Amino acid sequence: MKICVCVKHVPDTAATIKIEGDAGFKDSEIKFVVNPYDEYGIEEAVKLVEKNGGEVVIVTVGKPEADATIRSGLAMGAERGILVTTDGQFLDATLTAKALKAAMEKDGLPDLIFTGKGSVDTEAFQTQYRLAGYLGLPVVNEVSKLTVDSGKAVAELEVGGGDKQVIEMNLPCVIGATKGLNEPRYPKFPDIMKAKKKKIDQMSLADLGIDAATGAVILEKLEPVPERSGAKMIEGSVEDQVTELIRVLKEDEKVL
Amino acid sequence: MARTGILIETENGAVKDTSLGVMTAAKGQEIIALVTDGDPAGLKDKLAEFGAAKIVKLAASGGDITAGPDLLAGALAAAVKEYDLTALLGTASVAGKDLFARLAALMDLPLVSDCVALDVEGKTAKKSHFSGKTFATLKVDAAVLLATVRPNAIEAEPAPAAGETAEFTADVADPGKVVIKEVKKGDADKIDLTEAPIIITGGRAIKAAENYKMLEACAAKIGAAVGASRAAVDAGYAPHSMQVGQTGKTVSPRLYIACGVSGAVQHFAGMKTSKVIVAINEDKDAPIFAKCDYGIVGDIFDVVPVLTEKL
Repeated sequence: MKICVCVKHVPDTAATIKIEGDAGFKDSEIKFVVNPYDEYGIEEAVKLVEKNGGEVVIVTVGKPEADATIRSGLAMGAERGILVTTDGQFLDATLTAKALKAAMEKDGLPDLIFTGKGSVDTEAFQTQYRLAGYLGLPVVNEVSKLTVDSGKAVAELEVGGGDKQVIEMNLPCVIGATKGLNEPRYPKFPDIMKAKKKKIDQMSLADLGIDAATGAVILEKLEPVPERSGAKMIEGSVEDQVTELIRVLKEDEKVL
Repeated sequence: MARTGILIETENGAVKDTSLGVMTAAKGQEIIALVTDGDPAGLKDKLAEFGAAKIVKLAASGGDITAGPDLLAGALAAAVKEYDLTALLGTASVAGKDLFARLAALMDLPLVSDCVALDVEGKTAKKSHFSGKTFATLKVDAAVLLATVRPNAIEAEPAPAAGETAEFTADVADPGKVVIKEVKKGDADKIDLTEAPIIITGGRAIKAAENYKMLEACAAKIGAAVGASRAAVDAGYAPHSMQVGQTGKTVSPRLYIACGVSGAVQHFAGMKTSKVIVAINEDKDAPIFAKCDYGIVGDIFDVVPVLTEKL
């Protein structure tokens, strides 16, 4: 069984984002990691291959530095990687999906594709759907439980208010992974060393016939979200604090 | 005046408040409210009050439109063409995000998800980037703008319109790619976190799963939903479906009350666009006090019961 896991190279969620220019950020001084949701996809893929045999291939569209992020996935047990390089900090989800499709077609289409439920940088929540659309495959997102057997995938996902759906699809299909699916492993030192020797194929967007300038979503501006300057502390006895809090919420803020 | 479609979400036969906010996001446009379930006549007054020029009950020739997400996406794509829409907006609820992504893939159109502000005419939207640390302004260069709006991010304003009712049956069938085998019901009547107007969250200081009952009692008095921090979920006090923040849910209620939550950056990623944030924490140096609106230093087991009593 061949499984592709789409992994995005994203700033660590604890990193401070410093805006540069109108619509860019300083990416040279911050740490980049595997998009947290993608880790659930890597873990699930590696577990499936450990059980059924086959190989896990990490596919990433990103800057050349994303090589290090792919290595993190290889250290978790993936066999090899494919990096489609881009120049810009952001790429339209449509183009990312086209690049992922083209890279997979070139490498040989997999039996199963994982992505994370979304990426923590652009929070666009759509690349997996577009990839599935371009490949003509079924897609289910926010999957927290999965069984793959006899050419079928059965996925469980939360649909709001704690309700869950159980969805069946034929393979190949695209699964957007989220927390609950598994506990991603922490690679051990020998795994990290082994990952350094694994193969990563590199190609550019242009090599795949994709023009980054053709995106239909233009990032015009990036600005910090205003931070609150600190709480107004409500003092006194518990009775007094609660009374004052309710008054403020009702009368000043009008939110109660 | 350009024509904008709004996908209306309902609950127990009534229009959700979050959908009214989405209609307000398109004010100034000729609004076509698209209804997929329930009786449009019963929804008419509310939808007309908040700006619907037309209320269309959407159906599909291929079967029950609510039975599968791909069929509904197909019917919406047909409605975009039928009504010559230049924008179609929905709520960034769990179902809405999934549906619009399917629709965008199907129509191969750009999609802006989870917007906090929107200029429909200018096809420009503002949304969170980098886990709530920055806002991105995105301009869409396409014939049709597809966007979902973060629940409660835009406050609903009345804007009376004609509210003429109609029906449209799209000639589409389910591609049969995803089959819903079963729906497992969670706790009945629980307000969905992402759409709740008020949220009370318990952090690690809640100490045990059964102590969430204390927060639920308080929540019940003000129509709030109860959330949990990652620390509380990882400690096994609450299920992941209740988690707010990075790797959990993103919420934007008008009032967010954090009880015993320290305030990690990953927690703020999921709730910083709330209108008013209140923190109750025993530790006066907890990071959450630096980034919220009102703070009470105290033991949640002392403060919350008094709050419940006085609300």
